[in-house]
Amino acid sequence: MKKLQKLYLYLILLFLYAPIIILIIYSFNESKYRVWTNFSFKWYIELFQDTQIMSALYNTLFVAVVASILSTIIGTIAAIGINSMKKWQRSTIMNVTMLPVLNPDIVTGIALMLLFYIAKLPTGIVTLVLSHMAFCIPYVILSVLPKLKQADNRTYEAALDLGATPALATWKVTIPEIMPGVITGLLMAFTLSIDDFIISYFTTGPGVDNLSILIYNAAKKGVSPSINALSALMFAVIMILLIIINVRTHKATKKA
Amino acid sequence: MRKIVSLLLAFMLLICTLIFSGCNTDPSKVVRVFNASEYIGEDVIKQFEKETGYKVVYSEFASNEDMYTKIKTTPYDVLIPSDYMVDRLIREDLVQPLDFNNIPNYKYVDETFKSPYYDPDNTYSVPYMWSTVGILYDSAKVTEEVNDMSIMWNDKYKGKIFMLDSVRDTFGMTLKKLGYSVNTTDDTELDEAKSELLVQRPLILGYVTDEVKDKIISGEGYMGLVYSGEAGKAMAEKDTLRYAIPENGTIYCVDAMVIPKKAQNKTGAESFINFMHKPEIAAQNSEETYYGCTNTEGLKLLPDAIKNNKGLYPDVDILEKSEMLKSDDKINQKYLEIWNQIMAAN
Repeated sequence: MKKLQKLYLYLILLFLYAPIIILIIYSFNESKYRVWTNFSFKWYIELFQDTQIMSALYNTLFVAVVASILSTIIGTIAAIGINSMKKWQRSTIMNVTMLPVLNPDIVTGIALMLLFYIAKLPTGIVTLVLSHMAFCIPYVILSVLPKLKQADNRTYEAALDLGATPALATWKVTIPEIMPGVITGLLMAFTLSIDDFIISYFTTGPGVDNLSILIYNAAKKGVSPSINALSALMFAVIMILLIIINVRTHKATKKA
Repeated sequence: MRKIVSLLLAFMLLICTLIFSGCNTDPSKVVRVFNASEYIGEDVIKQFEKETGYKVVYSEFASNEDMYTKIKTTPYDVLIPSDYMVDRLIREDLVQPLDFNNIPNYKYVDETFKSPYYDPDNTYSVPYMWSTVGILYDSAKVTEEVNDMSIMWNDKYKGKIFMLDSVRDTFGMTLKKLGYSVNTTDDTELDEAKSELLVQRPLILGYVTDEVKDKIISGEGYMGLVYSGEAGKAMAEKDTLRYAIPENGTIYCVDAMVIPKKAQNKTGAESFINFMHKPEIAAQNSEETYYGCTNTEGLKLLPDAIKNNKGLYPDVDILEKSEMLKSDDKINQKYLEIWNQIMAAN
């Protein structure tokens, strides 16, 4: 029975990771085509010389960092506001916030494209950041609100009694209490932004492609294996980060 | 509190706009080019920037249809779509006449590609590169001489044949095999082509797009329909591969450079078009992408292996028998309907 359990676990893990393993193996293939020839680091070298991929990577990361930080700030402030509203007001606002989450991406994308067109805003990195913020903010609100509900309102009131202004009390008491929710929201916004293709496709402008758009455009004539190399590197970085975080939390719990 | 927050937000927006507007440079110094993906020599853009002082904002599209939706909202200075899309852009009045005084290198453009059906007076477009549809095959596996489409109906190669997952190309080549026009709307001719494709259905491994190259290089398939440029890349990878064009003609496609009405830098755009027809640049583009050179002087600069390849640069009489695909909503719908029937038949 024990063995069966283990086998099951490994099978599921294999199923989850097989595509990534294949991708990493092919990133070391010398040929440009999906035929194995020789082991080589060629695509890793070409990756760093490919200005198109490098600028797409830069755009992707820039948009993800800026959009996720801005939407975390706005989303957290909004969540604090929503939390202290009256019941009917809160539910109306929550429904309005939920709409973009439920809306299909393609509708959001085309709607934003039309909006920018009518507003005469030239599409480019600005519109890309704005539209990423538009779909990230609801997720931040949704991950911060439950933390606010759990938080004890009396500590905030105590801070007011002790002479703190509402702003200071929010900053010193409420924010630290809901920090785990804020961080979750930030990470969620960041990953959503990196992942996004459809909305970016409609809202970006000339010369500003992110990685997913670049890959989509190249797919018809064959995607360069440098993309495999890049994916392998990104996977490795995330893996290492996760290991570090796990080791640190493990140490922290041991100490406590 | 509310005041602080709104002030904070306003401040943030201000910073953003300041940062971003800093990147906007004078539009008369920028040329925004929109081209198909992997369809230009590697450092051609850099050479252009160095020579003219313009800054190029370069974007790529996956298909002509993608490009068409994008240009509705975004201004570009130069577009490089295929023939039928140029036709549509001209019909819908989305492009503007060119000033050929700014494009002196137009004199190098091969007469064969001047005055095409989509722009008979040469007012709106300058040809960029051209391609054909043909058969890529492995000469180590296919022993017969390949000179017409019937090889793809030979049941000796059952399960080793690929067709293109592209309505007009696969249909056009079948119509050509039967001796009809690739743009026919005659129902009996279309029906004949349909039954021809249904006969072929059990022989083929699949209707595919860019995987053809991979699968023929790896030996999984022996032959497939491909575009000439892709065939050139595959042949460079494996030397037993050959590319053949049916003797009774094929589909050929010309991609042309046009300037949209909404362009913000027409002079820059014309300077870019002119640069693309500098003989050395035209040759570099064709050498690296393997697509056909429309520049007579550039053609002479190409390596012999490319220039003398009868697949990539066929004799004029084959070209004369070949046709460009024309497209309008009526044709498209008709072909799509029959295509769906073929896809559904198993």
